[in-house]
Amino acid sequence: MTMTTTRISGTINGREVTTEVDNATLLLDLLRDLGLTGAKPSCEMEVCGACAVQLDGLPVSACTTLAIELDGRTVETVEGLAQSADALHPVQRAFLQKSAFQCGFCTPGMIMSAKALLEANPSPSRDDVVHWLEGSICRCTGYESIVEAVLEAAEEMRNG
Amino acid sequence: MAEPSVSGTSIPRLDGPAKVMGRAKYALDLDIPGAAHGVAVRADRAHARIIGVDASKAEALPGVIAVVTAASVAPIDVRFGHISRDHPALAVDKVRYAGEPVALVVAETRRAAEKAARLVRVTYEDLPAVIDAEDALADGAPLLHEVHPGRTGDEGFHNTGADALEGNLCAANLIEWGDLEAELAAADVVVEGEYRYPMLYGYAMEPYNATALFEEGTLTVYTTAQHPYMVRDDLARMFALPLARVRVVVPYVGGGYGTKSYTKVEPLAALGAYATGRPVRVALSVEEAIFTTRSDGAVIRARSAFKSDGTLLARDFDIVMNSGAYSDNSPLVCAKLAARAFGPYRLNALRVRCRSAFTNTTPASSLRGFGAPQGNLAGELQMDEAADRLGIDARELRLLNVVRPGEEILPGKRGIDADLAADLELLTESLGWGEREGVGFGLAASDAGAHPTSTALVRIHGDGSASCAIGATELGQGSRTVLSQILADGLGLPFEKVSIVQSDTGVVAYERTTGASRTTTLVGRSLLAACDDARRRIRELAAEYAADVQDAPGGVVADGEHLSYGAVIRKWFGSGGEVVGVGAIRRHGEFEKLPPFWEIGASGVAVSVDEETGRVVVEQLTTVGDVGFAINPLLVHGQDLGAATMTLGAALSEELVYDGTTLSNPNVVEYRVPRVSDMPAKIDQILAERRDGIGPFGAKGGGEGAGNTIGAAVAAAVGRLLGRYPRELPLTPERVWRLAQEAAPDRETEAVRG
Repeated sequence: MTMTTTRISGTINGREVTTEVDNATLLLDLLRDLGLTGAKPSCEMEVCGACAVQLDGLPVSACTTLAIELDGRTVETVEGLAQSADALHPVQRAFLQKSAFQCGFCTPGMIMSAKALLEANPSPSRDDVVHWLEGSICRCTGYESIVEAVLEAAEEMRNG
Repeated sequence: MAEPSVSGTSIPRLDGPAKVMGRAKYALDLDIPGAAHGVAVRADRAHARIIGVDASKAEALPGVIAVVTAASVAPIDVRFGHISRDHPALAVDKVRYAGEPVALVVAETRRAAEKAARLVRVTYEDLPAVIDAEDALADGAPLLHEVHPGRTGDEGFHNTGADALEGNLCAANLIEWGDLEAELAAADVVVEGEYRYPMLYGYAMEPYNATALFEEGTLTVYTTAQHPYMVRDDLARMFALPLARVRVVVPYVGGGYGTKSYTKVEPLAALGAYATGRPVRVALSVEEAIFTTRSDGAVIRARSAFKSDGTLLARDFDIVMNSGAYSDNSPLVCAKLAARAFGPYRLNALRVRCRSAFTNTTPASSLRGFGAPQGNLAGELQMDEAADRLGIDARELRLLNVVRPGEEILPGKRGIDADLAADLELLTESLGWGEREGVGFGLAASDAGAHPTSTALVRIHGDGSASCAIGATELGQGSRTVLSQILADGLGLPFEKVSIVQSDTGVVAYERTTGASRTTTLVGRSLLAACDDARRRIRELAAEYAADVQDAPGGVVADGEHLSYGAVIRKWFGSGGEVVGVGAIRRHGEFEKLPPFWEIGASGVAVSVDEETGRVVVEQLTTVGDVGFAINPLLVHGQDLGAATMTLGAALSEELVYDGTTLSNPNVVEYRVPRVSDMPAKIDQILAERRDGIGPFGAKGGGEGAGNTIGAAVAAAVGRLLGRYPRELPLTPERVWRLAQEAAPDRETEAVRG
């Protein structure tokens, strides 16, 4: 097998990373090979949102983004949000308070999608939240607690 | 036992911080040093004899370690199955469904294995295939299993219709009492119809995956399984190993819902490890997961006979399940479907004939509700259709016939441990029944809990804290939190001083399964028994130093002095030490009568229908969680809403569709599960806590019941709006639009008649 590789430099959760990657490597595989297993593979078709991370602030499906696209850019994963359970991001805190997960497999992607929403729109309506999370599937909760958690996080972030 | 103080409160989940921080490790996230990657070569046709497997090109690829086939691992018998050992992990002689694994390529990287898998050439001789279940049972149908698979003999599956199985009959059940023909003849109204429930894919978001390794003569497997002990048993049979030499470890599980009950990909990983001497990881894509397990579709022909005053006299069901190529758990689903079709109503006569058919399709198995949603569609819709024909309100018709607490719905079985009439009142009041259009609701009672075998090991440590090792799996339902609450109450300790270790067969006590909504009830009881045993041991130790020893919260009172557990242990050992208590429940005493408990379904919806497009919008969903006592109310609500939402998917959009012998939608784009925008604007979740369960503090299981009535409820709601009841799910816009067109002339006629 001949593989073409590219040397890339980017920022992952605030840390500069320079690495040689096979051009066909997916961003999701690169992250997981680095031990960042928060983003999950599931549908592999960009419809379930379990692999959502923020690339230069925008939510993307890491399962369908090439690792080389990280070059010169910044990626944030769920692991970058808090170093300890005492210092959670408001979205994480709200997910805990509302019990907005069960198995938790979709949760990292769900949290990153929600965080991207609140950065783009600090005062979303319920419909805005529903519209934004349409690309994030949860099989356990029935979504209600997730929508409530995002609205609560928005309020907390607005009130600083 | 004293009134609980920790149980009954919505304590936050123990797994919460790890899950919101992305630190929770699932089997898929484990990094086993030195692991190679296995990718299956899958059959591209539904039914064919294997003539040859040419792996030479694949083996020549850099990074490829081995191409494993059933023949290459001989004399290992690659078949597995907990009810029938009929499922080869790698096809033997022939393939029985498109997507079946024929070989396993093991390579240094997953990508190398995937590439090599495409280079394996399998030559086949095609055989006629059968996809439809009724075709499969017809004379002259192509035979899937030339030698009919027998049963493993496990007593827990004695009711799976092992007798007189031939041809493509995977399992058969008959439940019968009374004089059916006489009751039918005496009836004033007989409702008759044929109902169809789709084949479903449960889509647990973590696809099946397992990593296996042989070390020191022991096979260890890390997997995303609900029943680690059942997987252990299958692997021990396959590799002829003592149970003590197979260890199955289950970390966090990314969704189960029954789809991860029993053995799935563990044998593939283990065969790869056996053949190569390396740890081997097999991680499926979602498409491969769809080709691993689905749920049984069903065609249900039903008759219900009533007197003109509404008295239900008799019911008659003839059910055919499409169970796919191998038994997996379908024989048990068959038994459950039969027992769950006719509902919690008094009947003079009943006949349920349920047959499970082998077909050349993905093997079917359990999915949340376990036969109940299929049977309930027919049983409850006939109550609604009958109500209209009798001119009796649909709620009143049910209240007239529903069993009261303690009454049997199956002769010889445990009487109903619930007040269904009261549940129905709560449900219909919430839905505004009688005050608005488009309402549907129903009742269900499931023989839940499975075979009541459960054990628990409680350790009280030298500092007075306690941990418990149990085999029940945390699937997201919250069992670790709930069982910790029960443990705290069982020992009179604060929640912060207890912990639960789960799902490592090398460490924890035996647990039969994590399914059938049994954990809180049955594991809770074995855990409390272990607590009692540990407290007895503590009293024995204290009695060596004191004349009078009495139980006290968190310790004992010895000769008038309160001693904590830790003080007793430290005094007895002199240094360090611990006390171990064991608990077990079995089918004996108060658990002699099956089922251990009845799981109640009392859910409903209010919908609107756009008759131009056929689109159904669920406006309101109400669940009544009749769980006896909610150990953790917030978690019960979570389970109820989750269960109801899953069945909303089956009601409105989910269906695996075969086009000829090919599954046409093996992905989550074309197989549409509920999204956030599908959720009702109003959700009402009610708890009915009457302390009438056999579990801790009067609890009984939940987590499936809330979904069991949703299919029929949505169909009834749509039927009431259109004037004609649908009898087939899912209610896609096209089906609803067609139904509206068919029903329109009837309604116009009625309008003319005034």
